[in-house]
Amino acid sequence: MRRIIVCLKQAVDVAQLKVDAATRQLVTASAPRKMSDFDKNALEEAVRLKEKLGDTEVFTVTVCSEDAKSVLREALAIGADKAYSVNDAAFSGLDTFGTAYVLAEALRKIGGFDLVLCGETSLDSFSGLVGSRLAELLGLPLVSSVRKISVEGECVVAERSLEDAVETVKACMPAVVSVTREINQPRIPSLMMIMKASKKEIVAWSMADLGVSKELLEPKIEVVEVLAPKTERKKIRIKGENATEIAENLAKALVQEGVVGR
Amino acid sequence: MSEFKGVWIFSEKFDLTLEMLGKAREVADKLHSKLSVVLIGSDIDERVNELVRHGADKVYLASDPALERFQVETYLGVLHSLVANYKPEVVLIGSTKNGKPLASRLATRLRVGCVPDCVRLDVDGEGRLVCERITYGGSAFAKIAFRGKPQIATVPQRAFEKPAPKEHDGQVVKIDVKIEPAGTEVVGVKPLGSSSVRIEDAEVIVSCGRGLQNKEDRVLLDELAQALCGQVGCSRPLAEDRKWFSEWVGLSGHKVKPKLYIACGISGVIQHVAGIRDAKVVVAINKDEQAPIFEVADYGVVGDLYQILPALKEAIKKHVQ
Repeated sequence: MRRIIVCLKQAVDVAQLKVDAATRQLVTASAPRKMSDFDKNALEEAVRLKEKLGDTEVFTVTVCSEDAKSVLREALAIGADKAYSVNDAAFSGLDTFGTAYVLAEALRKIGGFDLVLCGETSLDSFSGLVGSRLAELLGLPLVSSVRKISVEGECVVAERSLEDAVETVKACMPAVVSVTREINQPRIPSLMMIMKASKKEIVAWSMADLGVSKELLEPKIEVVEVLAPKTERKKIRIKGENATEIAENLAKALVQEGVVGR
Repeated sequence: MSEFKGVWIFSEKFDLTLEMLGKAREVADKLHSKLSVVLIGSDIDERVNELVRHGADKVYLASDPALERFQVETYLGVLHSLVANYKPEVVLIGSTKNGKPLASRLATRLRVGCVPDCVRLDVDGEGRLVCERITYGGSAFAKIAFRGKPQIATVPQRAFEKPAPKEHDGQVVKIDVKIEPAGTEVVGVKPLGSSSVRIEDAEVIVSCGRGLQNKEDRVLLDELAQALCGQVGCSRPLAEDRKWFSEWVGLSGHKVKPKLYIACGISGVIQHVAGIRDAKVVVAINKDEQAPIFEVADYGVVGDLYQILPALKEAIKKHVQ
């Protein structure tokens, strides 16, 4: 049986982030969490591969420092067969190296996988490093920024979205593949799928279960500050009796700004 | 840590290498160290002079027919052995779809940090590189420093200006290349039909979002853009979900800096807003009075783009004449 493992991040839902106007600090602690959308595309792709190829199981792995049950249940509802939660308070403040290191240890412990799928980047920190760091730590080939994937025998063939070209790459499995959001439209699980998911297994591991070295978890970077940018837009409403009048008033304003005309 | 010395640059894109040279020169001067470029490829010797004229003190030249095309494992092998051997304190790598995994794997192999997509770079009082990058989907800028060396950061295209060329002395170090076996094989390359003008260079951008109902309706934007001598852009869903456009404006697409950005039927999610932060004037046209785009616009019109755009085109034509 083929085994695909999807790395899922529970991310801060950036659309619901609030900014403290006085300090320009982000209020992240109380912000809602959700499955990082790029990772949801990776999961959807894994489930589609399973449906297409048959004889395939899909596992998910999440490294987190707080409860991620609802994200894991959602993953199971979308079609994963088993979810691994690697949760430890000590993982708070992990950087991309630490996250990739814990993921690598979890993947080694699960073992027997052919394909590791992850999102090209994450919704909140948007670093886009974990997939490539993971490939390096596992000593596996990496195919990044993938917008189309197929399995041909013992290899994956994937289309990569580059700046100026689409590159088709072949890699023998096991391999790590990171996907872009254009690869698919993730399904919304039905009530039936959600109910079925409640019977699936969530395996909970802590740091001790993986025997990871505390030293390697030390962040290799230091976040000095995180501040919302100052927005200095004028926020002027252009009004008028009808479209023509509004357009005229807007055109005048743009001419005055010096951005229209000679 | 004092054994680490020097600022290095690498990008498989030559233009991006030149762009990084200006900022990297400043960083090198602040650290009182030399600026070096790693040049990898095949038959590229004639590029050395251009790098030196743009500020490189030293060029490490790895030229081999096997390096003609970027291949992450082979390039990583060359770069890693150089960095492990010469121990630069800063390595700046072009943040392309190929450069970023290269930087990330180099940092992982060396067990050090990596800060991606830096839009500002500076040196702090302790001589550490401090990088600034956009985070939380565009809601914030993070300032990040390193614990350990080399300090590896990636720099996106167009973040820094290419310096003016001038007379400068530089040295070339030719590298004996060992080719590492690759785990991936490129079996096909299809160049994307790139438009002759890049949207980052546009002075005026008329951009549409989900409020555009049919692909054909983009003619409304084309006509207004034409009247303004500008270009047409879009938000991510129109490109990635509806496939009406091949590229988009936003955090994951192009970050633009026009004089005028007109957002039509764009709700204004933060990832889109992060792509237009450097626009001089932002205009929002949207039916929904509550759309967040109005919070980040200089001029807002609550109205139907299907009525406003043709009227605006006429009004602009009148003023431009």
